[in-house]
Amino acid sequence: MSLTKEQIAQRIAMEVKDGFYVNLGIGIPTLVANYVPDGIDVEFQSENGVLGMGPFPYEGEEDADVINAGKQTITTMPGASFFDSATSFGMIRGQHVDLTILGAMEVSENGDIANWKIPGKMVKGMGGAMDLVASAENIIVAMMHTNRAGESKLLKKCSLPLTGVNCITKVVTNLAVVEITDQGFKLLERAPGVTVQEIQEATEGTLIVQGDIPEMKIA
Amino acid sequence: MINRTVASVEEALQGVKSGMTLMVGGFGLSGIPENSIAQLVKTGVTDLTCISNNAGVDDFGLGLLLKGKQIKKMISSYVGENDEFERQMLSGELEVDLIPQGTLAERCRAAQAGIPAFYTPAGYGTEVAAGKEERKFNGKPHILEHAFKADFAFVKAWKGDTAGNLIFKGTARNFNPVMCGAATITVAEVEELVPAGELDPNQIHIPGIFVKRIFQGALYEKRIEQRTVRSRT
Repeated sequence: MSLTKEQIAQRIAMEVKDGFYVNLGIGIPTLVANYVPDGIDVEFQSENGVLGMGPFPYEGEEDADVINAGKQTITTMPGASFFDSATSFGMIRGQHVDLTILGAMEVSENGDIANWKIPGKMVKGMGGAMDLVASAENIIVAMMHTNRAGESKLLKKCSLPLTGVNCITKVVTNLAVVEITDQGFKLLERAPGVTVQEIQEATEGTLIVQGDIPEMKIA
Repeated sequence: MINRTVASVEEALQGVKSGMTLMVGGFGLSGIPENSIAQLVKTGVTDLTCISNNAGVDDFGLGLLLKGKQIKKMISSYVGENDEFERQMLSGELEVDLIPQGTLAERCRAAQAGIPAFYTPAGYGTEVAAGKEERKFNGKPHILEHAFKADFAFVKAWKGDTAGNLIFKGTARNFNPVMCGAATITVAEVEELVPAGELDPNQIHIPGIFVKRIFQGALYEKRIEQRTVRSRT
């Protein structure tokens, strides 16, 4: 059984450690906030200028002046702060953010990522993604293993315009958890009921399989 | 006290001409200078180059200037949520320069602070780096980016005083502070304008020296782009 988007978020939430400042991208990454285990203190940063983001507001309490990078209305947690865009990217560029989680269209086996442009079709812009991937030390990509046409998104080399080079640490998909190493994608875990062979077939880039590959543990 | 107030939005926009480069504050529709944008529409100036993180939506924010084909070129980091924008861009009517958001902010801040250029790792190895000087610091590659040059900066703050001091609210702050003083003339519109002396100097986010003209906006719609809520149960 391949994972749902919620389960991908749930698995990634296990990578979030006590005391982390975390930047969540739009899409699956946003869901990670829902699964951070109890007893762990983390602060979520949104690049439009807030640290200490809380859940969505109750109906009637929405504030047009308090949104996240996805332009959604949010609330703030005790200890939160607001700041301007230059300060926000100072946090990111200055490597003060411990973990960055973002979506991708393609990831290559050397850790390149493409997620901002499909020439001639979709040009929405990179937003803060290029700044994030160029500076962050710990970047996890959350995405489906293959695209809608069934083609692998874990490639030898990205075909789309790049967002950043040699920057991704780990990829969590609906099929597997892989780590980027000098030799390629190292398979760490497989989704419950998914075989190594199925992952192999869905991965165009070099997949390194060493010993028994455990199933992901998702509560 | 140096008085920075102007009587009206008309006076605030005096000197804006077709072909100029304008900085416009805001992230999405949050913290946008609504009154200045409405007045830009009214004056009918064209061939504008706009530096703004986003391009509004079809019927609000900078989308209003796009609809009237008043913008020749947009310099932004993210331009989704706007069909007319996408149409004009793909048809070639509108020139678009997409740049990383942190670089956009820093190019404003550099202009404000008198720094001509700076190195950043953002965009290295991508098409953003094309034609730019590259240099390694501590073994890590960076690209050279330049400060913006703009004729006007239009920003929006929560409160301001007659000396031009500004206080922002929530995430409506975003690009507004870094655009203050980053253009030849900075126009600040505020929800509430008070006499100098009423705001606590300890709480000022942007000192009036960075603001040339200030006025109280007549009307703020403060439209929400993505209304997300949770249930009380």
